[in-house]
Amino acid sequence: MTEQTALERRVQLWFGPQHPGITGNMAVQAWLEGDTLTSGVTHVGYLHRGFEKLMERRKFIQSFPIVCRICVPEPDTNEWLLAASIEELSGLDKEVPEKARWIRTLFLEMSRLSSMLMVLGGHVGAMGLGTAPNWLITLRDYILDRFEELTGARVYHMYVTYGGVRRDLPEGFAERLEANLQEIESKLPLVDNVIFDSAVFRKRAIGVGVVPEEWVDELGLTGPIVRAMGIARDTRTDYPYEKYGELDIEPMTTTGSDIFARAWMRRLEIAQSIDLIRQILAKMPTEGPYSAKLPNMLTWTIPAGETYVRAEASRGEMGYYVVTDGSDKIRRVHVRGPSYVHGVTLLERLMPGTNIADLSALMVSLQVCPPEIER
Amino acid sequence: MSLKYTIAPFSAWLQAVSKPFTVPVTGGPRPGAPRYRGWHINDVEKCIGCGTCSAICQNEAIDMVPVDDPVVGDSGLRPKIDYGRCCWCALCVDVCPSGSLGMSNEYVWADTDADVFRYIPGVDEKPWDDSELGWRREEGFELVDHDRVPMGMLDPDERTQTWAEVVIGYTEEQARVEASRCVDCGLCVAACPAHMHIPDYIGAIRDGDDARAVQIIYDNNAMPEMCGKVCTRRCESVCSIGVQGDPLAIRWLKRYATERFDNLAEVLQPQVERVGEGRTVAVIGGGPSGLTVAYYLAIRGFEVTVHEALPQVGGATFFGIPRYRFPMSSLEKQVDLLKSAGVKFVLNHRVDGDELTRMLAENDAVFMGVGLMKPMALRAPGEDLPGVIPALDMLREQNLGHEVDVGEKVVVVGGGNVAIDASRISRRLGAEVTIAYRRRVVDMPADDEEIEDAEAEGVEIVTQAIPLRVEATEDGKLDFVWGPAEMVQEEEGKRPRPKLIEGVENHLVVDRVIVAIGQGPDLDWLPTEISEKICNKWGYIEVDETGMTAVEGLYAGGDLVNDTADAISAIADGLRAVNGIVDKTRAQHV
Repeated sequence: MTEQTALERRVQLWFGPQHPGITGNMAVQAWLEGDTLTSGVTHVGYLHRGFEKLMERRKFIQSFPIVCRICVPEPDTNEWLLAASIEELSGLDKEVPEKARWIRTLFLEMSRLSSMLMVLGGHVGAMGLGTAPNWLITLRDYILDRFEELTGARVYHMYVTYGGVRRDLPEGFAERLEANLQEIESKLPLVDNVIFDSAVFRKRAIGVGVVPEEWVDELGLTGPIVRAMGIARDTRTDYPYEKYGELDIEPMTTTGSDIFARAWMRRLEIAQSIDLIRQILAKMPTEGPYSAKLPNMLTWTIPAGETYVRAEASRGEMGYYVVTDGSDKIRRVHVRGPSYVHGVTLLERLMPGTNIADLSALMVSLQVCPPEIER
Repeated sequence: MSLKYTIAPFSAWLQAVSKPFTVPVTGGPRPGAPRYRGWHINDVEKCIGCGTCSAICQNEAIDMVPVDDPVVGDSGLRPKIDYGRCCWCALCVDVCPSGSLGMSNEYVWADTDADVFRYIPGVDEKPWDDSELGWRREEGFELVDHDRVPMGMLDPDERTQTWAEVVIGYTEEQARVEASRCVDCGLCVAACPAHMHIPDYIGAIRDGDDARAVQIIYDNNAMPEMCGKVCTRRCESVCSIGVQGDPLAIRWLKRYATERFDNLAEVLQPQVERVGEGRTVAVIGGGPSGLTVAYYLAIRGFEVTVHEALPQVGGATFFGIPRYRFPMSSLEKQVDLLKSAGVKFVLNHRVDGDELTRMLAENDAVFMGVGLMKPMALRAPGEDLPGVIPALDMLREQNLGHEVDVGEKVVVVGGGNVAIDASRISRRLGAEVTIAYRRRVVDMPADDEEIEDAEAEGVEIVTQAIPLRVEATEDGKLDFVWGPAEMVQEEEGKRPRPKLIEGVENHLVVDRVIVAIGQGPDLDWLPTEISEKICNKWGYIEVDETGMTAVEGLYAGGDLVNDTADAISAIADGLRAVNGIVDKTRAQHV
C-alpha cells in the first residue's frame, strides 16, 4: 500500500442538517483528517422565511407573530426589541406605563432563565449524557407553565406589544412563580452533580473550544462567551433598559473561556436570573395600567427615522436596527442576532483542530440559534 | 481527576426512589391555562361581520364567509378560520370591535380529515363553543382607538345670542387623527342610503389627500357639505368602532373635507361619459333629490333646468334647516358648483299641472322632487287659533329673512328634528321654550346630539304629554292644555304607545304653539290623469327600481317617495333616477 498524501487522507463530512447533535436546523460541512477537523463551513438556509422582508409588508402590529419565531427557545427578546424600537421611533415610549415596564423586565428575565435551563441541558446532551437534559427540560417547563398562564401560550408568547404588554399578571402569579423558582433551586444541586461534578463532562469540556480574548472585539462576541473569559460585559448593566437599571445586578464572570467555563457561566446566570426575578416581583407595582392607550393599529403610521436598540439575550447581545419611512409599515429591519458571529464567524475559526466528537458540544456552548443567522 | 467526579454523577440513581421531576397526567390532556389561546369561539349574535379580525390577521387565516342575509349594521358574514394558517396570536380577538370573537382554552383536536380544520366558529358547532375559559378581549387593551376627537362647539350661552354656526369643525390635525380611527369595515357604506364610499374618503383624509376625499365624496353625493353638517348619519349608528367605543365622526369628516375647498369645480373635474349631449331634463323642486339629479345629469351632458317655487334652491335644507346648522354660504357653494356644471335655475316659479304636461312632452325626462309641503294638523280643538302655527312655516319665514315673532313663551309640539330646530330658533329669538312630546326622550326621532344641544341651550322637554286643546286666554295668550300619558306595550317587538291618563289636565300659557308633528304630500296641483297613475292611496308617489313613475319619462324621488324622509335618502332617490335616465339614454343610443 502506498503512502497517502494529506489531501487523500482528508474526509469531507456533512454534519447536519438532519443530525440530532446539530444546533437547530443548520449544517456544518467539515473536512477531517482522522477524527480531527481541518476546516469547517457553516451552512444555513433550511428555515429561511425572510423574517426581515416579511416585516416590510406588514403593519407594525402584525410583525409580532413573526419576530418571536426568530428564536424558538427565547422568542421574547425579539418581541421586546421590536416593541422598543418602534416605540422609540413613534414617541410611544414616553407613554409606556410603569407597571408594563416591570412586567416586561420580568418577562425578559423569565425568558432568559427558561432558555438557559434548556441550553445547560444541551451542553451535556451534546456529549451523549441524557439525564441532565431531561431534568432541565422539565425545569424549563415549569417556567413555560407560567408563560402559558401569563401570555396564553407556552412557546410563542406574542405578549409584548407597543405601549406595554397585552395582559396584566394573573391573580396569584407571583406566588406560583416563586414556587417554581424554589423547585428549580432545589433541583439544581442534583443537576450540578451530573454536569459539573461529572468526570465525563469535565474531561470533555475543560480546555476544549477555547476562545481567545483577542477575538472578542474583532468578531463582536458578546454574552456568556465573553463573560466566560472574565470580561464583565452585559447589555443589562452596560446599557440598562426597562427596569434593569433599578435592580441590584452585577455582570457575572468566570475564567477559562472553554466549554466548561461557558456551561458554568450559564449555571451562574441561572442563579442570577432567579435572584433578579425575585427582585422584580418584590419591586413591581401591583396597581396601574399595563398598556398605554394605543392608536388604531390598522392605520398607525409613524414618522420616518432609524434606531438601533439592544437587549441581553441568553446568547448575547441581540439588537434591532429599524428604519421607518413615515408609512404604516417598517421600511427596513435588520436583526442583529448573536448567533451570526457566534455560529458562523467564530465557529468556523474554532473548528480547525477540533475533534469531530466535540463539535456538537462546541456548537451548544456557543448557543447557536440558526433562524437568527438567516433572518 | 478527583474521585469525587467519578462518584458524583451516580447521585442521579437516587431519583429512582425520589419523587419524579415530571408531573403524571391522567384522564386526558391537561386543561389549558385560563387565558390559553386555543380554538376560536364566536358569539355569532354579537358578531357584526365587520371583518376587522380578517384585516389584522397577518397569516390571512381568516375569511369572511356569508352565513346570513346582510342587514343594516351586519354584513351577514362571519369569520372562517383556517388552522393551516392560524398562528394563534389572538390579534383577531384583541381587535374585535364587537367583542364577539374569543378563544377557548382547548388545544387538542385530532381528525383524519384535514378540511375540518377550517370552520366558522359559532356556526359550525364545536365541543368548546361554551368554554368559559380561554383568551378573551379585555377592556383596557384596545388595538383600535375608541375615543372620538371631540368637536369644538360654541358655548351654549353664546349660541342663543347668535345665528352663527354652533359646530366649529375639525382642524386639519384633528381630522387626520379622527380619520385614522377607521378600520375600513364598510358597514357604513351599506347603511348609507346613497352608499357613499365612506372608508375610501376617510382613508384619503387620513392620508392627507383632501382633494381626493372630496372627489370620492362627489362620486355619489352632490350636496356633501349639507350632509357634512346636518345628515341623519345612519352610517355612524352602524360603525363597528361604535359598538364598544365612539363611532367614527363620519359626518364631521365629510364636513371637514368639503370645507377645505372654496372652489369645488376646480377640485372635482369629473371624468364621466357625456351620454346626455343634446338631451334636456326638467327638474321640479330644488331640494336634495332634484339637485342631485341636476348635477349628475349635467356633468353627463344633459341640459338640466331646475324649477323652484322659492327664491332659493335647497328645498328643506334651505327653508327647513336653521342657519346655525347649515349656513347660507355652504348652500351657495354647492349651488355654484351646479351652476358651473351648466344647470339652469328658474326660481320663484311654481309649476302647475299644465306646465308639467308640457314639460313631459318637451323634455327627455322630468324629475319631480317636491317634498312634503302640507303640515299635519294638531287635531285638537283650538288648532285654528291665531298663534298656533306649523313649525315649517315658521322655519321658512325665518330662513327667507322675514321678521318672525314668537313672543316670550313658546310650546313646540313634536319630537323630530323639525321640533328641535323650531325650539332652538325660538330660543335665539329670545323666547322661553318648552317641547311637548307624546313619548319618551329615547323615542324621539330627532338626532341625539340635537336633543342634547337644545337642552344645553335651555329648551325644556316635557315628555309623555298629549295635547288636549288650545284655548285663547283673556289677555291674548294661548292656554296649551295637555294630559299626561303612560307608555303601553301593546305588541311585542313594537315600540310602546302613549296612552292618555284620563282626568288630569296640565296648563301651559304661551304666546305661540308651534306644531311640528310631521307633514304630508301636497299634490293637488297634479293633473288627474297623472296623479291617478302615480300616487298611492296615501297620496305618496310610487316609482320602479329606475326611479320612474308609471308615467313614461316622469321620475320622482325624495320625501314624496321614500318613507325615511331625510336628505340623504332623497339624494339616494336622485341617484337612482340619474342611473335610470342614463341607462335609458344609453339604450336609446344603441
